[in-house]
Amino acid sequence: MSEKILGEITSINGNMISVRFKGNIVQNEVGYVILGDERLKSEVIKIKDDLAFMQVYELTKGIKIGDPVEFTHEMLSVQLGPGVLSRVYDGLQNPLNALAEKYGFFLPRGVVLDAVDLEKRWTFSPSVKKGDVVYRGMSLGSVPEGIFDHKIMVPFNFYDEYTVESIVQNGDYKVTDEVAVLTDSRGEKHSVIMLFEWPVKVPIDAYTQKLIPREPMSTRVRIVDTFFPVNKGGTYCIPGPFGAGKTVLQQLTSRYADVDIVIIAACGERAGEVVETLREFPKLEDPRTGKTLMERTVIICNTSSMPVAAREASVYTAATIGEYYRQMGLDVLILADSTSRWAQAMREVSGRLEEIPGEEAFPAYLESRIAEFYERAGYVELPDGTFGSLTIGGTVSPAGGNFEEPVTQATLKVVGAFHGLSRARSDARRYPAIDPLDSWSKYKGIIPAEKVEEAHDVLRRGNEVHQMMMVVGEEGTSLDDFVVYLKSEFLDSVYLQQDGFDPVDASCSSERQLYVFEKIHNILMDTYTFSSKEEARKFFNVLRQLVIDWNYIPMEKDEFKTQEKEIENHLKKVRTKKSAA
Amino acid sequence: MKEVYNRILSVVGNVITVRAEGVSYEELAEVTTSRTKTLAQVIKIDNDIVSLQVFAGSKGVSTHDEVRFLGHPMQVAYSENLLGRIFDGSGQPRDKGPALTENMVEIAGPSVNPAKRIIPNRMIRTNIPMIDVFNSLVVSQKLPIFSVSGEPYNELLARIALQAEVDMIILGGIGLKFDEYMYFRDELEKGGALNRSVFFVHTASDPVVEGLMVPDLSLAIAEHFALDGKDVLVLLTDMTNFADALKEIAITMEQVPSNRGYPGDLYSQLAARYEKAVDFEDAGSITILAVTTMPGDDVTHPIPDNTGYITEGQFYLRNGRIEPFGSLSRLKQQVNNKTRKDHRAIMDGMIQLYAQYLETEEKRAMGFRMSDWDKKLLKYGKLFEARMMNLKVNISLEEALDNGWAILAECFMPEETAFRTDLVKEFWPKAEEKEDDQKEEDAKKEESEET
Ligand SMILES: Nc1ncnc2c1ncn2[C@@H]1O[C@H](COP(=O)(O)OP(=O)(O)OP(=O)(O)O)[C@@H](O)[C@H]1O
Ligand SMILES: [Mg+2]
Repeated sequence: MSEKILGEITSINGNMISVRFKGNIVQNEVGYVILGDERLKSEVIKIKDDLAFMQVYELTKGIKIGDPVEFTHEMLSVQLGPGVLSRVYDGLQNPLNALAEKYGFFLPRGVVLDAVDLEKRWTFSPSVKKGDVVYRGMSLGSVPEGIFDHKIMVPFNFYDEYTVESIVQNGDYKVTDEVAVLTDSRGEKHSVIMLFEWPVKVPIDAYTQKLIPREPMSTRVRIVDTFFPVNKGGTYCIPGPFGAGKTVLQQLTSRYADVDIVIIAACGERAGEVVETLREFPKLEDPRTGKTLMERTVIICNTSSMPVAAREASVYTAATIGEYYRQMGLDVLILADSTSRWAQAMREVSGRLEEIPGEEAFPAYLESRIAEFYERAGYVELPDGTFGSLTIGGTVSPAGGNFEEPVTQATLKVVGAFHGLSRARSDARRYPAIDPLDSWSKYKGIIPAEKVEEAHDVLRRGNEVHQMMMVVGEEGTSLDDFVVYLKSEFLDSVYLQQDGFDPVDASCSSERQLYVFEKIHNILMDTYTFSSKEEARKFFNVLRQLVIDWNYIPMEKDEFKTQEKEIENHLKKVRTKKSAA
Repeated sequence: MKEVYNRILSVVGNVITVRAEGVSYEELAEVTTSRTKTLAQVIKIDNDIVSLQVFAGSKGVSTHDEVRFLGHPMQVAYSENLLGRIFDGSGQPRDKGPALTENMVEIAGPSVNPAKRIIPNRMIRTNIPMIDVFNSLVVSQKLPIFSVSGEPYNELLARIALQAEVDMIILGGIGLKFDEYMYFRDELEKGGALNRSVFFVHTASDPVVEGLMVPDLSLAIAEHFALDGKDVLVLLTDMTNFADALKEIAITMEQVPSNRGYPGDLYSQLAARYEKAVDFEDAGSITILAVTTMPGDDVTHPIPDNTGYITEGQFYLRNGRIEPFGSLSRLKQQVNNKTRKDHRAIMDGMIQLYAQYLETEEKRAMGFRMSDWDKKLLKYGKLFEARMMNLKVNISLEEALDNGWAILAECFMPEETAFRTDLVKEFWPKAEEKEDDQKEEDAKKEESEET
């Protein structure tokens, strides 16, 4: 590397500084404002003549004109290697627990700690031998990390073809110990350790090919899995006004989603919500593995009062870590809450750069940035012929709850499923408040599409009747129409709605959904003859009660069958009546 | 000693610029005009041109007024001596007591490390059913009252403050009317809480910008008391005035507005304050109750909208009642599983029925015939409003839950309410005769149907 380039601050405006430099610098490279002992991480986001415009990832209080800035020639990067799992990081991959231990209650400014434990020893088993030919992203061996085999791969920035010159034996090594030496096509030797860095804003593309997502990702939320499914490697968004249930939905998904690894990107939202996760996950059991949920989780936490520029970076940090684990053949899910805060961070920066603003003052490149982010998801084939997936689900917090705004609209253009939350449903406590008439998914689910479509149709027709009833009253509605309405309400209360805080109902397995949906579908498709609306209402009230009770019973319990019988008996009442009539 | 500058280059809105060197970002300066001395804060530095926002406003500032940089950002004295005292928006005494200058601490300090927070788990009982039953308030919660002006929000704030069992109360008044400020003082005095309270009061007649510091001053003090193990309640009224002051500065600085003239960082600015609410691991806590008056009663206005996205719920005050819709406590689930086992069911079930009542009420108003079911709902709605929503009701959570079952039983059959059977068995008031009657009737019906 050439000698260090230094600059000098010439202006300060919020988290934006301009720096006069001599020599060469690189767009998006990291620099540090030197403030006594503090080194404030910053990123070059615009270069004009001899001025670099930099966003500072920390509070700028106390900075003076003339303060020195040290350029690094490196883009903003994260450390990748064993030990990332189960960690809680800020948006720049500073480990929060380590910071708390060292600095106490508050987040200190201008310190950088290692993202992983450099002293810990990992048990390495090689999977290649001397003379093997390898490429970037191929495995050289692995270490056990929690429940996974963490693959130690040829670093992704090794773009050549390499021959394994040497590889260490089975044994315990630190992440900084040399595990292999690779020789490139020109005969040059390269030492490989278990840890390497990768720039967060550059997607990791060390896979063979990207494929169309095709396997459902179970979330155990009925309305999602049955009606608006998500596939592994796919993308989806959850827009909704404040308090409609975006975060709760993501929290449920972070617990129950059937993936190997969940990365929670708490981006510009409440610290308290992250605390719930980081305090509870170490105690909650992952039903799939019997280990704690924390063992499959990484939390990237840049909450609303933490510096805005780091918030902008945090979603990229999450994406990079996600892509890294995907490269090991794992199914990874990123839950980003909320992508609107990320977009707002871009807006703040853009405003300070005095760029020409677009709609609602968002920058003109908002749409392409959002598209690029979701583009990092995908179902991929890896060099060893196995597959991995990265699924991205982002919440959107539209101003005024109005979906006709730039972030929601740009997101809807690129995602594969849309789970729109409605204020009306959350006000009426119909949780999860996903609007069944507005939402959509392009993915294939666990239940045959025709049946889902039929059920969906009941919802649509029921809604029409409901609208009509608001105009002509109940007495102006025919009994047949009224029954359609009751059916749709029934489907809503017993299937679409789900008690997120009940240990049984909160998590409805695919198996259970298949079973229960079949029953519900039959009920919806049956024709009933009632003598009056009151009678019909009464029938559905009791039926609803029986099925709600059923939802709270674990499927493997005997009571599950008993309750099912009761439901059958209740249904028989009208069925026998039908034949009598 | 810092240099004194006496050449003010520009005065625009409440922002002045001077040519100065060695100034640091967010540093404080003292501006001496012919009338008074006022504080100003550095908000932008471009080479040697320094922009400052003047707390007392720029009215009467002349181009040759004196600007003296103080070499530090805004600070406030922290000690027990604060208790019972009243200060203005720049931290100067508003009562007759002495200015405090010892143990100065920084305001608007760094964020709490999320790893040092604990999950809030202590309920604050207010004896207001709409809060305790439906939207429980929790220690360390940040929660605004959304309301139009004219509603009794300050009364509600004072009532909760006195009811809450906290160690201290800090009132941050922003654009407070004089009589509102006196009202708080009198109420806290009557309730015997004045000697554990601190007031930072910026009144409607003070310069607008001066209100900007009030939340930071209040919260900085609160943070120190909380670190010393105290449970602190911070009341901020009215945060809409705070947001409007932000807007004024942003416009002066020619920032591109994002939404109805408000700056793009309104969310981050509000969040920086509200996120100070905290329950510390092994120390005290800060609970923030705020007032956000909604311009035009419009909840989608940028101020309530951004606030709602930040806070942990809101109480929607309208027509003197806390509305069940729109009101929300996001922390309620941390505590309402430890109260009584019917708490959650009553909370959700009664609201669902009330939603149906409102729909029926709409139909009734349009002149539709009311079915039996509609009539039940109408009765229910009236009872719910009278015995639950009325703010005069002052009963414990348990009494309120019993009340809830009583209302339900007066109006409905159990299966009409969609409550879980096990809860119905345990809590549904036993009215033997009525139930038997119904059973008989059902039996008869079935008989006739069979034939
Ligand atoms: N599935 C659910 N079951 C029961 N209650 C729910 C559910 N979803 C949401 N709620 C209730 O609504 C509250 C708000 O939900 P949540 O925090 O998820 O909203 P949000 O959409 O993320 O809001 P914001 O945009 O402000 O972050 C919760 O605290 C809870 O009380
Ligand atoms: Mg949320």
